[in-house]
Amino acid sequence: MSMPSAMPGALVGRGAAPATRELTMAQAIREALAEEMRRDPRVFIIGEDVAEAGTPFKVLSGLVDEFGRDRVIDTPISEAGFTGIGVGAAMTGMRPVVDIMFGDFIALVMDQVANQAAKVHYMSGGKLKVPMVVRTTMGATRRSAAQHSQSLHAWASHIPGLKVVLPSTPYDAKGLLKTAIRDDNPVVFFEDKLMYQLKGPVPEEEYTIPFGVADIKREGTDITIVATSSMVQVVLAAADALAGEGISVEVIDPRTTVPLDKETLIQSARKTTRTIVVDEGYERYGVTAEIASVIAEGAFYDLEAPVKRMGAMDVPIPFSPVLEDLTVPTAESVAAMARTLCGRG
Amino acid sequence: MARRTASREAQHDRLSSIPADQWIRMYRQMLTIRVFEEQVNELYTSAKMPGLAHLYIGEEAVAVGVCAALRRDDYITSTHRGHGHCLAKGAALDRMFAELLGKEAGYCRGKGGSMHIADPEAGNLGANAIVAGSTGIATGAALSAKMRKTDQVAVCFFGEGALGQGILYEVLNMASLWKLPVIYVCEDNLYNEYTPRTETTAGAMQARAEAFGIPAAEVDGQDVRAVHASALEAAKRARRGEGPTLIICHTYRFRGHHVGDVNRSYYRTKEEEQQWMAGRDPLQLLAQWLIGQKMATAGLFERFDQEIRAEVTGALEFALNAPYPDPSEVDQHVYA
Repeated sequence: MSMPSAMPGALVGRGAAPATRELTMAQAIREALAEEMRRDPRVFIIGEDVAEAGTPFKVLSGLVDEFGRDRVIDTPISEAGFTGIGVGAAMTGMRPVVDIMFGDFIALVMDQVANQAAKVHYMSGGKLKVPMVVRTTMGATRRSAAQHSQSLHAWASHIPGLKVVLPSTPYDAKGLLKTAIRDDNPVVFFEDKLMYQLKGPVPEEEYTIPFGVADIKREGTDITIVATSSMVQVVLAAADALAGEGISVEVIDPRTTVPLDKETLIQSARKTTRTIVVDEGYERYGVTAEIASVIAEGAFYDLEAPVKRMGAMDVPIPFSPVLEDLTVPTAESVAAMARTLCGRG
Repeated sequence: MARRTASREAQHDRLSSIPADQWIRMYRQMLTIRVFEEQVNELYTSAKMPGLAHLYIGEEAVAVGVCAALRRDDYITSTHRGHGHCLAKGAALDRMFAELLGKEAGYCRGKGGSMHIADPEAGNLGANAIVAGSTGIATGAALSAKMRKTDQVAVCFFGEGALGQGILYEVLNMASLWKLPVIYVCEDNLYNEYTPRTETTAGAMQARAEAFGIPAAEVDGQDVRAVHASALEAAKRARRGEGPTLIICHTYRFRGHHVGDVNRSYYRTKEEEQQWMAGRDPLQLLAQWLIGQKMATAGLFERFDQEIRAEVTGALEFALNAPYPDPSEVDQHVYA
């Protein structure tokens, strides 16, 4: 993936601005947070280096100036502790947005997320709720090595009680984050670190995007490629290349793995009869496995070929660029798989 | 931060204004917990209760002394050994039994069971089956109270086994930094499950809080008056915005780790158990004091015993006859 290298600017101005602007993913996320914090005094941000630092990715820059340190709370380096504090605050009338800097650190908060937040509503017979968003990151090829590069959204997707969001455009990121903040359940929101500078159109006016509604990023007739988050741009690039070869690709982004829009995935697979599922999580026991299974069951009699999966290689993410680039699907590898599936390999 | 080992005199000053009927009420609450737990044990031995339960017998003075210092809208979080906390914060016997039996009338519609009873109407944010698992929740409830500018207090009950969990220290640090209205109540019953505390816990327990600038009080957890005095002070401190307190209550689990833990000789002696039960029973200690103060007579306690046993029996009867949840409940309440 190639991304613009410029740092995100200040919030895009209001007033005389056109109805739709180009925002980076980082700007879209920041705007969603600012709007929701203005709308609802119960919303607050808690995490490491979220205030003046605005996180290492500068996604939150400027929010502390508007909302103050009481609502943009810098914490010690204690992920489990402040996530637990988020759960307790959410159970008692607040709507925290917990910032987990790197998705790999999800390992540090799993008890609070999987055993506490996800189960409180059920265990209490519906009496308690945890309206909390955990924002975290994913994505390799940033030369950050094995403990700062993983895409662990399959872990969260495995646990009943959690909702899991994987935006792939600035537009989706803003609309989905606003929905996440308004949701009464714990939502884990994975942002691809490498897409923070990706630009895209974002309307000025208020909008939200419902969970469980897949988006057809490109219509096509020969093959369906389901892609999540970081892999959407990769697959769109592959689709462009394949179009020149006469292969028409339909690209579908589920946008949320929980809830999952099974119907749209199955309908597309039935139409094109061939499907690849591409996701940056580890391939083994991962999101690609679940989605492939949904499609294989739902579209079985219409399929011309087995549903193929492409995920991250089942190795710890290596540091050396030469090695790291081998671990994730690329436009070239996806296109090659599509050709094979379409009998053009 | 100086250690606060309250002198008997200072304690007496704080308690002298408390009228006799409050102590009597606390006695009745402790007795209610005792009789409830005895009944739970019987449900287990007669195979009427699914799963296990962790009995609070012997530790009643902690829950009762602390909860009597709280308002109804104050929060508590509880533990796997949580029946006492729930009852002391205001839970009803019948719905408690119903939950333990997996019935729809239970506090969690039968979906939580013994280790997960939550009663938000009474400020109980739930018992927790992960040791130290609720320390974040209680601290977060305190942050929430502070942000919402209520003067609610959150109490986090945990056993001394939780001193082994890292998250406790993370939240102690943040509670102190942010002066959160939270009271950490450590119930030191001497055993982490089946392992003596001395084998698991280095250094001084109170020093753990003091390292974070949190005052630590050590009290006799069998003396409900001492516990109550400490909790009153901690609650006052929390409501004044002065931050958290740790109260270490030295107590004893009269029964096993859970109802099935009958053979305990490999980790503690019968003599030790006898000594605590004969000389350090929180109910007896309070009764003796009340009689000594001429606030009550022996006859009164006999009457309480009869009344409470009848209440517990009635509540159990309700729960035994209550219906189980409908199978359609199984996938309800996964999401709000």
